[in-house]
Amino acid sequence: MPKGILGRKLGMTQVFEENGRLTPVTVVEAGPCKVVQRKTVEKDGYEAVQLAFGAIRPKRVNKPLKGHFAKAGVEPARYLRELRVEDSGDFQALNVGDEVKADIFSPGEYVDVTGVTKGKGFQGVIKRWNMRRGAMSHGSRYHRGVGALNSVGPARVFKGRKLPGRMGGVRRTVQGLRVVRVDADRNLMLIAGSVPGPKGSLLLIRQTVKNKA
Amino acid sequence: MATDIIREIEREQMRSDLPDFGPGDGVRVHVKVVEGDRERIQVFEGVVLRRSGQGLSETFTVRKISQGVGVERTWPVHSPRIDRIEVTRRSKVRRARLYYLRQRTGRAARLKERR
Repeated sequence: MPKGILGRKLGMTQVFEENGRLTPVTVVEAGPCKVVQRKTVEKDGYEAVQLAFGAIRPKRVNKPLKGHFAKAGVEPARYLRELRVEDSGDFQALNVGDEVKADIFSPGEYVDVTGVTKGKGFQGVIKRWNMRRGAMSHGSRYHRGVGALNSVGPARVFKGRKLPGRMGGVRRTVQGLRVVRVDADRNLMLIAGSVPGPKGSLLLIRQTVKNKA
Repeated sequence: MATDIIREIEREQMRSDLPDFGPGDGVRVHVKVVEGDRERIQVFEGVVLRRSGQGLSETFTVRKISQGVGVERTWPVHSPRIDRIEVTRRSKVRRARLYYLRQRTGRAARLKERR
């Protein structure tokens, strides 16, 4: 992962781009993130930076965490997340106490955004797996239920059968989203399209892994 | 807080240089058209059928009869592609959406002028 930042989803709107087109965008409060810990191959077996993001009341920070932040000389924050650093990555030069701001990205770049999706509760097979329903009338008694579970031969249900259950509330990454605007003074990023999770949720924004020019 | 930031982003893009116009008004819309690598301005003149939505994403629809065929075009009100809008005529209308004009032609499609 060459570079990335933590952010908070603020909501969606639309913006006019230079070509006059109205583009749907997600507004993200991105950073500023402080580096709290630098993991190294010698000490930890892998290279990473630990980023802190988000305000928190001092009362809410427990003692072990307070010590961890104090060691880095960084104000306590709500979230701590690690980003792997590669030999050739932009983050190679980062040290404890350094700040990462939204200006590491520029408009036109592509990013992958990771977040926890909205929880949908217990959902049937139609919403959860996009299965089709039966006829609602004409004497049909099969409406939205689960259909056949398998063929008769195996005389059992294979693992992984798509059935009703809990939907949403899982970590998801959307790849290849375009950065439309970056405002480092206001710590804002506008990203084209939608992004996982409810408003106010934590997002991890990374340079895209797929090569999109 | 979060909605304030979004409203501000929207407000920054809104235009205040456009005249006040509504359904029934005759308008000349000066649109920037890109042809190849040069840009010119094209005028679309007709009657405003409706305004739809609100805020930054508000749109309006203009209808005209071109070579015997009805043509309707819709733009976002705050689109930067609109150079300017002239209001040529104001009409007295009794509804917000003038879809009934589509069924009418010629003299029947006239609207009473407001002054």
